[in-house]
Amino acid sequence: MIEININGLKYNVEENMTVLEACKNIGIEIPTLCYDERLEPYSACRLCVVEVEGKKDLMTSCSLKVKEGMNIETHSKKVIKARKDILDLLFSNHPQDCLSCEKSGDCKLQDYCYEYGIEKGSFAGERKKYPIDYSNHFYSYDPNKCILCGKCVRVCSELQGTNAIGLEDRGFDTKVVAPFDKGLSKSKCVSCGNCVSVCPVGALVPKNRERYRHWEIKKIRTTCSYCGVGCQMDLLVKGDKIVGVEPAMESPNNGLLCVKGKFAYSFINHRDRLKTPLVKRNGKFEEATWDEAYKIIRNKIYEIKDKYGPEVFAGLTSARCTNEENYLFQKLFRAVIKTNNVDHCARL
Amino acid sequence: MKNITLTIDGQKVTVPENFTVIKAAERLGIDIPALCYDPNLEIASACRLCLVEVEGSKKFQTSCSLQAKEGMVVYTESERVVNIRKEILQLILDNHPNDCLTCQKAGECLLQKYAYRYDVKFRDHGGEKRLGLRDTSSPYILKDDSKCILCGKCVRTCNQIHDRAVLSFAQRGFKTKIVADGDFSLEKSSCVSCNRCVTVCPVGALVDKRLIGKSRIWDGEVKTVKCKVCDYGCNFEVLYKNGKSVAVRAKSPSNGRPLCLKGRLTTELIYLDNPETPYKKEDGEFVEATWKEVLGLGDIFEKIIKIDDGK
Amino acid sequence: MTNSIEEVLDTDAMFVIGSNTTENHPVIGSYMKRAKKAGAKLIVADPRRIELAEYADVFLQIKPGTNIALLNGIMNVIIENGLEDKRYIEENTEGFEELVKTVKKYTPERVAKICGVDPDDIVKAALIYGKAEKAGIYYAMGITQHTTGTNSVMAVSNLSLLCGNIGKESAGVNPLRGQNNVQGACDMGGLPGDLPGYQKVVEPKVIQKFEDVWETKLPTKPGLTIPEIFDGAEEGNIKFIYIMGENPMVSDPDINHVKKALENLDFLVVQDIFLTETAELADVILPAASFAEKDGTFTNTERKVQKVRKAIEPVGNSKADWKIIIDLMNKLGYEKKYINPSEIMEEISKVTPQYGGINYERIENEGIQWPCPTEGHSGTKYLHSSSISRGKGLFVAAEYEESGEVVDLEYPYILTTGRILYHYHTRTMTGRVEGLNRIASKSYVEINKETANKLGIYDGEKIRLSSRRGRIVTSVKVTNIVEKNILFMPFHFAEGAANYLTSNKLDLIAKIPELKVAAVRIDKLSS
Repeated sequence: MIEININGLKYNVEENMTVLEACKNIGIEIPTLCYDERLEPYSACRLCVVEVEGKKDLMTSCSLKVKEGMNIETHSKKVIKARKDILDLLFSNHPQDCLSCEKSGDCKLQDYCYEYGIEKGSFAGERKKYPIDYSNHFYSYDPNKCILCGKCVRVCSELQGTNAIGLEDRGFDTKVVAPFDKGLSKSKCVSCGNCVSVCPVGALVPKNRERYRHWEIKKIRTTCSYCGVGCQMDLLVKGDKIVGVEPAMESPNNGLLCVKGKFAYSFINHRDRLKTPLVKRNGKFEEATWDEAYKIIRNKIYEIKDKYGPEVFAGLTSARCTNEENYLFQKLFRAVIKTNNVDHCARL
Repeated sequence: MKNITLTIDGQKVTVPENFTVIKAAERLGIDIPALCYDPNLEIASACRLCLVEVEGSKKFQTSCSLQAKEGMVVYTESERVVNIRKEILQLILDNHPNDCLTCQKAGECLLQKYAYRYDVKFRDHGGEKRLGLRDTSSPYILKDDSKCILCGKCVRTCNQIHDRAVLSFAQRGFKTKIVADGDFSLEKSSCVSCNRCVTVCPVGALVDKRLIGKSRIWDGEVKTVKCKVCDYGCNFEVLYKNGKSVAVRAKSPSNGRPLCLKGRLTTELIYLDNPETPYKKEDGEFVEATWKEVLGLGDIFEKIIKIDDGK
Repeated sequence: MTNSIEEVLDTDAMFVIGSNTTENHPVIGSYMKRAKKAGAKLIVADPRRIELAEYADVFLQIKPGTNIALLNGIMNVIIENGLEDKRYIEENTEGFEELVKTVKKYTPERVAKICGVDPDDIVKAALIYGKAEKAGIYYAMGITQHTTGTNSVMAVSNLSLLCGNIGKESAGVNPLRGQNNVQGACDMGGLPGDLPGYQKVVEPKVIQKFEDVWETKLPTKPGLTIPEIFDGAEEGNIKFIYIMGENPMVSDPDINHVKKALENLDFLVVQDIFLTETAELADVILPAASFAEKDGTFTNTERKVQKVRKAIEPVGNSKADWKIIIDLMNKLGYEKKYINPSEIMEEISKVTPQYGGINYERIENEGIQWPCPTEGHSGTKYLHSSSISRGKGLFVAAEYEESGEVVDLEYPYILTTGRILYHYHTRTMTGRVEGLNRIASKSYVEINKETANKLGIYDGEKIRLSSRRGRIVTSVKVTNIVEKNILFMPFHFAEGAANYLTSNKLDLIAKIPELKVAAVRIDKLSS
């Protein structure tokens, strides 16, 4: 442990931490657009700058390690001024469409501009005018909204390990592209959407979705229902519909998902869902009430059991259902029907 | 009261005969857009956004004022209606500042909501725009005429309390605006900072100044609390950001509740970790004040302590 | 998995065999790539040149069904080079001499011939695995879906024990389970011989315990497995089947046989969220709620019991499966009522030792990995840290045997099946997601370029595939992912379903079907 001074107060923090991490642990909020605890520090957005006693220049706290006796100001006049200038520059080259931007309400640029009182970009001049890449089936990329924090590129290479995208060109012309700028659909992209999940602004957004605003939805933490990894995620709920999925920053997936977990949720509210019990009469399914369906099943069970005993019954329980349901299902067969003929698709 | 049955967007609904179409639609879960309509205020039919098509009638009708009738067949989202709404919204946006980025109202703004719903965006145009006239004289209310859509809700709610009636319309045409007592700043006017107008404003023209920069609707939890100052028990909301209570704001008063500054300040004092300095009006000027002063507590604490200690 | 998912990140060597991890367990696949980047070694053995093969230090493109030979060969090299963990073997295992005797016969040269790989690569793989401090083996259905499935798993376990990798962090034997709650369904007694917690129905003590808690008499004769159930149905010995959330009409081997079996029943109940191919054959269909519409728990591949939470009301008139089962139990005279799934979990923890300390309150924020015997226990990140569960780890030497089905002149190609990234199992869910269907909408077969050229088949052409059990029409994807005499088909698609071709020959112990090997013939449609 070492002692450092932040905003005039003494704190004991662990060695080898960055100033940003130390502040986060203490509860001092430092704005940042390019920082992600899972990624190598990148120091691109420069919003996390702080003043360090004895240093002439402001330092990016995401890459600055704490040192014994360090004196740090996180919200001095100079720091605030620098942050305001950065936000001003960013917004000066950003489309002004928070009115209808899908990211509005969940946008870090919008939140920081609000917090730091940047009402409009004051640097008039050339603005980016790139076509939007709609070629991926699940998300789109709008280079005009991109603030070049590089999170998407780094998640794709450092965490997902796909390396589908990179930053190309220099200076004003820089943008995120698939190699040789040939479009996302022609890249190695596996549509995991992990880039979309980390984009702090409206540059990478899910496509073909129900229209919703971020302030209209509630988030329900749950476990993904596809493979056995058991990724933790939030279902985004608007009214009685699931309108999106976001990965949770928790074990075992730590903010990652795959194409199915992230984008394949539309089956839930699909029109083909079975909505009422069906009973086959003369080779055709007819709608029935639950009571009717239960009665038919119960009578059939009694009839067959009376005639042949319990060993002619079999149940296939499900690797898709919950533990509680599997427990009850085998209990139904063993304790009520009285057979051990219960199995499931563990072998498939 | 007699019930009547009408058909809205193909669905039949039975409602009391004094219902308007907009209210009947609500029963079906159909949300007809409206900027100037408020069930607690008298009907104005000013924004025209709630226009609907009625079978047998050539003209569009404003559903906020249209009485539901037996057998009536109404369409709320026909192509023609939608086109008119788009036009209305476009005209409003043409004369509205593009600053949802930092607007305090973002996330709760009806103009933003409907523009998103009908896919209408800001556009560049050569026409005139109102200048950014902001009345910053009050520490409690920020009045920004450039964002005003002239729905008149603020005027109507202010006038519901007889001894207030501060706000009114002034001038005509493009120059029409909302003014306080003729045309004074909120500071110089007789405004008592009750914030009734703020609670009904559908856009960012009247906002609670003590909220600015602190929290927007998506930033955190919002909890409703009841004011403990008088028997009316007006509702306030406590806003949270990062788990901390950062601001209090008034909720729209219904059932003849007046809403007042004292109630709001008391609620701030009770629920906020770090309430901002309060202000009081003295000779037509807002001045910083102590909590004792603004809440009219005088020496009451000393008196309480003295009595309690004496026991 | 003996170990935890995140431990992959700290491993020294990974041996991935019979698992296309980046497609079927994408998040684990990404962890493997990260571990590799951070310096871990990677060995991949698979009949297909899968994505991980590109990252591998050694890639062994083995012939389907030759896992045991390969694993024995690797052990042969490890022992030859004295890389086995002698102290660990001495202290923690039994049966080593037997193993040495068996694997002695599996020289790299002999194994190379069986598997169709380079003997040097076998040596290279063995040295990597043998020299690593912490080495994990990761496998999936490529190991198990063979007539020799159980022995293959034994061979995996032998290799791991040989180098002392069981009971160690970031190492272990790690089957990657395919379905969200296949682990839980097994844990909960969804097996004919096992009550919850793998407690055997043949043990009187176990039966007594459950009879006390459930307050009723229980059957003691082990039940039938799915293949036996379908055989029984075809023969008329099974009259009534109740299928909850499964679609054997696409997922099970030899679909023609499954169909005959289900059609021969007196009564079939299917409970699902969609009208599946299997539901079409039902007498009564019960509409179930999806995972977003109910509360409960899933147990993932690392044995972690995690919450599933209700986000919306069940659509239409559908009901959560647990509610349906309770309703039926009650209608059949079993009185017990449960109002909330948490009450079911209370009962589960009472009768299931591994779940003894698990309740909803404890897993509200983060799941717990079983075994978790008591409320004070924090769960188990990796198994056997103090001792192997049966006492000492037993080497069970396994001999390589040919697959149950082999090629001949009539059926000259080996067909192997599996999943792809963009679909899930029988596509009941993913088949209704537009974007996924735009990427992969119909059945196809991967054929090596040389084979395609030889047969005069072009990419995208529709061909007929036939096996001894059935025939289908599917389209061709010409590729170098598979070798010349091997074909690969994803089994997701109901039309042109791979499982019309597959065999229901079983592993005699685990009763797992040999889905990874079927002999097939290719015919052009025009001829």
